[in-house]
Amino acid sequence: MIWLTWRQLRLSALVVLTTVACFAIALAATGPQLANMFAEAPEDFFDQLGIDDTKQALFDFGTGLVYAVPALVGVFWGAPMVARELEAGTHRLVWTQSVTRTRWLATKLGLTALAGLAAGLVGLALTWWCAPIDDAIAGGYSEGGMLLTVPRLNPVLFGARGLVPAAMTLLALALGVTAGLLLRRTVAAMAVTLVAVVGLQVALPQLVQPHLGDPVALDQEISEETIRGIMAGGGPGSGPGPFQRLEADLEKPGAWLLSQQTVDPSGAVVDEFPAWTTDCGGGRDAMAACLDRLTDEGYRQQMTYLPASQFWRIQVLETAILVLLAGGLTGFCFWRIRRDL
Amino acid sequence: MSTVIRSAGLGKKYRSRWALSDCSLEVPSGRVVGLVGPNGAGKSTFLNLAVGMLAPSAGEIEVLGERPTGRSAPRTRVGYVGQDTPTYAGLSVADHLRLGAHLNPGWDETQARQRVARLGLDPKQRAGRLSGGQRAQLALTLGLAKRPELLLLDEPVAALDPLARREFLQDLMEAVAEQDLSVVLSSHLVSDVERACDFLIVLVDSRVQVAGDIEELLGSHLRLTGPRRDPATLPAAQEVVTASHTDRQSTYVVRTDAPVLDPAWEVSRLTLEDLVLAYMSRQALARADARPSLEALR
Repeated sequence: MIWLTWRQLRLSALVVLTTVACFAIALAATGPQLANMFAEAPEDFFDQLGIDDTKQALFDFGTGLVYAVPALVGVFWGAPMVARELEAGTHRLVWTQSVTRTRWLATKLGLTALAGLAAGLVGLALTWWCAPIDDAIAGGYSEGGMLLTVPRLNPVLFGARGLVPAAMTLLALALGVTAGLLLRRTVAAMAVTLVAVVGLQVALPQLVQPHLGDPVALDQEISEETIRGIMAGGGPGSGPGPFQRLEADLEKPGAWLLSQQTVDPSGAVVDEFPAWTTDCGGGRDAMAACLDRLTDEGYRQQMTYLPASQFWRIQVLETAILVLLAGGLTGFCFWRIRRDL
Repeated sequence: MSTVIRSAGLGKKYRSRWALSDCSLEVPSGRVVGLVGPNGAGKSTFLNLAVGMLAPSAGEIEVLGERPTGRSAPRTRVGYVGQDTPTYAGLSVADHLRLGAHLNPGWDETQARQRVARLGLDPKQRAGRLSGGQRAQLALTLGLAKRPELLLLDEPVAALDPLARREFLQDLMEAVAEQDLSVVLSSHLVSDVERACDFLIVLVDSRVQVAGDIEELLGSHLRLTGPRRDPATLPAAQEVVTASHTDRQSTYVVRTDAPVLDPAWEVSRLTLEDLVLAYMSRQALARADARPSLEALR
């Protein structure tokens, strides 16, 4: 059974695992240089990195690869596992040998999961390689503006780091097999798996991750230094108006800002800024004076965020959720395959 | 006579449709059994139930004394060649033999290699590039080299041309002669069964119409032609299978072990095809009789 699994998987497994292995070697080769760069001159780190095309390319490619692995495993290994047998009728051949269907599925799923896991662990390798970058961001050396300087806790990168990619790979595999069992058509199962995996990768950071952390609330003073953006006016074409919305900078490196709002002296969320803010558009000094006046009148910027220190806690919780889901689907597959097909 | 398959009240329902219902039959061991019936009679469903691919919705089936879907299912002792003789298109002939060797503890490697060599199959050839006949031979090789006590074949030659069909059945018969095993082969073509089998089961609408040794069946079934007569006037020992009448003449197919002595009858023997058709049309008539509206129209 192990031989058969290997025989049917070997080509695509070699392609995927070779790509991942080459990438891991590249990471291993350049990782120490990156760590040196940071250790020698932390303040120049991002400037130096900005002109190092190789490392930037590695970072971009790596992030893309880590996001692609679960979808690839689910679509090309998971979905066809049962669906292709049913479609070609070969389930009548292989399930009538001396090996039970349960053992057939256990071996195929187990070995494929191992291969997928090996590919998914590239997320850990990338996390190791990116440690100096994350340290530099956490140390407050970043100016922002590049994908490189996005904190790893941010939804854009969170799913490409740590254990989550490996867990997502397992879930994608289980999703693929389940889709194949239910739809019995390889192409349909592949399409459904692709949509489901990408959908999860998009939806999880928005809907689930914020709830896995322990958000911290912060009251930020309003001043020229802290406020990054101001929306004012009564809308397009309607001339000057009062402030609509203020946006402050979160002075917590590596944190993920969940929400911010301006509150008035009574602590209520500001719906309408005072009418006098209409006249603040007269240059930089006038704006600074207006912001100071808001503070004097008791307005504050209320922010909630997840601090950088909660990265691993959220990683572990999300990994657990994904693995549980994968386990549930796998259980369903074992139940289903013993029934008529 | 011991049995290799025994079913009682066996039924299989797909959603709301019964593909097989209330099927009770016994398949004797040591025979090459032809399971014949029109399309949709439930032959395939029956074999799938026997090999454990499907679980029964009603009734029971025992294969080599065990339930096919049970914990002690006789997986190593039953070989199966599925409909359209499926093989892995991307795997070579040699890969298929390795598959068989890895998945079956009783695998007979020598026999498998010899068969492949004798059939002239190139071990490096991919199964997807084999002809239909060669693919069927490969599937049969897998089924035989497992060294089963019982080999089930579900319409193995349905997709083959007449020559490949004959070669396949010839080969099957040789293998059966060498290996001590029971065979059940389903087909909707009587000629296949005539060539390969020595025991016949006719299945129509899930019901066993007739089952028995082919020689005995041919010996005990007669066609009687003569002046028009009411069936009630025939001797009790003559069981009427079918009857047809014109204004002056009656034709009966009867089953009897005693010689027909009435000089009014012209007696002739039946071919196997006649015999099968007689039992199939009897069931068709029985069905028509069950519909009073049709009866009234006659």
